[in-house]
Amino acid sequence: MNDGLPESAQAAKQRRDAALNAFAQRVPYIGFLGISFERYGDELTAVLAFDEKLIGNPLLPALHGGVTAAFLEVAAIIELSWSCCREDFEAAGPQLGAGQGGTMPRLPKTIDFTVDYLRPGLPRDAYARARVNRSGRRYASVQVEAWQDSRSRLFAQATGHFLMPARAESQK
Amino acid sequence: MAPERDGMTKLIVDALPHSRALGLKLVSVGKGTAEITLPYDERLIGDPDTGVIHGGAVSTLMDTCGGAAVMGHGATKLIATIDLRIDYMRAATPGHAITARAECYHVTRSVAFVRATAVDGIDSSPVATAAGAFTVEWAQ
Repeated sequence: MNDGLPESAQAAKQRRDAALNAFAQRVPYIGFLGISFERYGDELTAVLAFDEKLIGNPLLPALHGGVTAAFLEVAAIIELSWSCCREDFEAAGPQLGAGQGGTMPRLPKTIDFTVDYLRPGLPRDAYARARVNRSGRRYASVQVEAWQDSRSRLFAQATGHFLMPARAESQK
Repeated sequence: MAPERDGMTKLIVDALPHSRALGLKLVSVGKGTAEITLPYDERLIGDPDTGVIHGGAVSTLMDTCGGAAVMGHGATKLIATIDLRIDYMRAATPGHAITARAECYHVTRSVAFVRATAVDGIDSSPVATAAGAFTVEWAQ
């Protein structure tokens, strides 16, 4: 399938994917929850791999409400970092991919985060996608949705505001 | 403290796998109030440059503490969160436990309203505050 692609474009894609995962996996809590990221073009999907330790109510059983909130917040922060600082990622690409963290972009800080719980989270993998509704130099507003079996049956949604990190240019 | 209330509230901390995974500890529970501690743990770091705990772990602390306060009010079944808003005032100090105190300040037949504050023991200024609504069922 990839035979027709210019090799440089494919190499760039692999470098970006490696940079994204290196960025996310630097955060211990993202690994603790078992969240990974899949990228199709400019669209990022966060994947929460089911594990027994994510259960809140063992009788149903259902995901802990805190896990759902955390998953949505992680998805929002990584989407925001990726969409605002893609140039930074790409500039740092080879080092990021190689796991050398010196020039890693800083993470946005959460100001507030509001979660609507629409249905119980079932004991299976979950997916989330975030949309940056407003991204200024200082503040950003992000909306994020999570689902399991069907994209049209959300089990939770959230909206949050974030303080953007100082960009590399302004630090120099 | 009513033994049943004590038991139900203990349940929300000890019997929930994810609460155990985070090492949440119930400090106290009263009528419509609860206090729960989240010990500092490197696995929960959200900012690798500073060692600050991820907001998501604070969400779980707030959610669990809010639920425990509703239990403390006399809810008889495991309750579910309808919505939860968290405001982050400042970064929690790395190396320090975070303690949340929640108050169930109003209940109706089917909904309980909760607010909560989290501190890290460094000073009295809150790390985060939360407001939420929970579904409830009461004893007959």
